[in-house]
Amino acid sequence: MSTNLEVKVWRGREQGGFTSYKVPRRDSQTVLDVVTYIQRQLDPTLSYRFACRVGMCGSCAMTVNGVARWTCRTSVAKVAVDGKLEIAPLANLPVIKDLTTDMVEFFDKWAQAKGQFKGRHSRHDDFARVEPTSRERIAANAGIECIGCGICYASCDIVTWRPNFLGPAALNRAWTLANDVRDTRWVERLRAVAGDAGCHSCHTQGSCSERCPKRIEPTAGIAGLKRLVAKSAIRGEL
Amino acid sequence: MTSAISQAKLWYWQRISAMVLALCVLGHLAVIIYAVRGGLSAAEILGRTQGNWLLGGFYGLFVLACAVHVPLGLTTIAAEWLGWRGRSADVAAALVSGLIAIMGWRAIYGLIA
Repeated sequence: MSTNLEVKVWRGREQGGFTSYKVPRRDSQTVLDVVTYIQRQLDPTLSYRFACRVGMCGSCAMTVNGVARWTCRTSVAKVAVDGKLEIAPLANLPVIKDLTTDMVEFFDKWAQAKGQFKGRHSRHDDFARVEPTSRERIAANAGIECIGCGICYASCDIVTWRPNFLGPAALNRAWTLANDVRDTRWVERLRAVAGDAGCHSCHTQGSCSERCPKRIEPTAGIAGLKRLVAKSAIRGEL
Repeated sequence: MTSAISQAKLWYWQRISAMVLALCVLGHLAVIIYAVRGGLSAAEILGRTQGNWLLGGFYGLFVLACAVHVPLGLTTIAAEWLGWRGRSADVAAALVSGLIAIMGWRAIYGLIA
């Protein structure tokens, strides 16, 4: 194991460049540890975002050696090539400064995809009973662990090519709600996720599913939305 | 009908035409294998095709599937790779569709009639 890592970090906004730092190599070191070391020990002006450090909050995603990753759960041993790391902000999102991206558009698209739950019952009603083994519940379960880190969004070529594309995370959210039997905005949501800005632009390349740190498969959910839109259109519901 | 729904409908048309194309390509391969057995002279080809309206119908469907499928794919490529979107791209795609249909059907008519 080499004693120092050679780390290039993006500095600036949309325009900027990589600055090199030497960071001591440690056992069980994560990429977030490396970034934190640089900010605490070498250059306090470095901006980056993190919160939980344990893979729950989705704040610390960055591009590491060209691949979007959650840095708090990415071991340096796994990604460093010849003791070198290149750390950049997530792609497909505006850069605020250094490694910090503006996530507004990413989350606005969740709202555009009707990502809000709206049920028909109030607190005065009994609990809804959802059979754990039902097809809808199983389909929803597969997608509900999303932590909103934006890795899928940064990895998606369609987002790069079609800036109005809702993206894998928003469509995955729409898919989980489309399978929530308590939700009442079914038709409205299918209308929102159909078409060129929605599920029909997905080329099923699967980068989102490949990169998702929570092993969610937005590609499968998007394919499910395509099927639902087709069925609803045939029934004349859309 | 919203534009998103019409976009979705076009997407399904492209998928349906792709399915038709897949079957047509298999049929076309079979025709090729069958046709080359007797040589590829003009007289041999025309002798086999002239008046064969079943063959004409098959290739007419093939051309129709191309005329539906190709322009939809081209608009996607134009939008994503060239940033060419909107009415002008749609009109260009419609022209390509018409061109494929006219040239294809004209060629089939030449062989069958």
